Amino acid sequence: MSLEKPYLDIPGTTVFDADLARKGYHLNSFCMSLMEVDNRRRFKANERAYLDEWQMTEDQKQGVLARDYNRLIELGGNIYFLAKIFATDGKSFQHAAALMTGMSQEAYAEMMLNGGRSPEQGGACKAPEIK
Amino acid sequence: MAKLTAGIACSHVPAIGAAMDLGKTGDPYWVPLFQGFEPSRRWMAQNTPDVVFLIYNDHATAFSLDMIPTFAIGCADEFKPADEGWGPRPVPVVKGHPELASHITQSVIQSDFDLTIVNRMDVDHGLTVPLSLMFGQPQAWPCKVIPFAVNVVQYPPPSGNRCYQLGRAIRRAIDSFDANLNVQIWGTGGMSHQLQGPRAGLINKEFDARFLDQLVTDPESLTRISHVQYIREAGSEGIELVMWLIMRGALDAKVREVHRFYHVPASNTAVGHMILENAR
Repeated sequence: MSLEKPYLDIPGTTVFDADLARKGYHLNSFCMSLMEVDNRRRFKANERAYLDEWQMTEDQKQGVLARDYNRLIELGGNIYFLAKIFATDGKSFQHAAALMTGMSQEAYAEMMLNGGRSPEQGGACKAPEIK
Repeated sequence: MAKLTAGIACSHVPAIGAAMDLGKTGDPYWVPLFQGFEPSRRWMAQNTPDVVFLIYNDHATAFSLDMIPTFAIGCADEFKPADEGWGPRPVPVVKGHPELASHITQSVIQSDFDLTIVNRMDVDHGLTVPLSLMFGQPQAWPCKVIPFAVNVVQYPPPSGNRCYQLGRAIRRAIDSFDANLNVQIWGTGGMSHQLQGPRAGLINKEFDARFLDQLVTDPESLTRISHVQYIREAGSEGIELVMWLIMRGALDAKVREVHRFYHVPASNTAVGHMILENAR
């Protein structure tokens, strides 16, 4: 029997579960390597060559080169690991979050100042009563 | 005997640490947030514990995908602030309490909670930001800290009920430690937020307000919130709130709410904070 995944219908959301973790192991390990300053330097000097040192799929490598975080999440990337890429680029979490929503960083920051994306906008169902 | 006197809930948004480290706490963006912690620092000055048992999650810092412990307890003498990719935060080294940590480990494992024992680990913003919020910027942290890391990176994290029951086991362990110590337990992370995908930026004030209310008066009802409910209602990273239930499980059934603060936004996140005291 396969695992129940009652979270697949949540809009705009990918849950980093066991299957994705398996798929993304090498991608996330590459991200983790950027914790070290020497690796960051080598990656910046020649991104493609550095990526080729890792057992990643071509799709994953293209996703990194394009900084397409939504695609990388589909391919098994986890946001806390992907954060090492945008940290290497000197970009903030808010920059990356805005990018993933398709908004400009200004518009995204403004939305957050106004209380964030409401559950209605986000497609969450109304909170059921906790009994 | 050791005595658990209070529990603290506190978000651990990295941008808060960066604001403090870069001297931006006076910026209009940050002023309301830090004002909300002024009563907490006054309370803390009167109620500094000997030890904080600090529940947090590691953010792909000490634990990569190579090893993912569900519950990990830090038993070392000290824990260095981690380099998370832009150099370590300029905050003091965290001093542990190996005797109490080992005692809790043995006691809790014998209560059927299989902890991972960690004797060397750097600690990231998940642990150091709450310390900064509660203690400001001292030369040395004014108490010992036992780091307790919970996996909320790879799904599924432990359930809310499991966390709550673990809190109760931790309480029994603290109560049976034979030294005169004032111990606090902190649960960090939350509240509603989502950092990934097209739905990033989700905030659910209604969910958060109810969670804060019930954390005080009816925590057992919170143990029935499923993982999927957290993700749906409070965002994919809102699931961190299970860590608050470990804290609450360790406290008395009846607690006194000393302080509550809620603020949106800090970067992408709804910040929630509460101080709860056990009856004396």
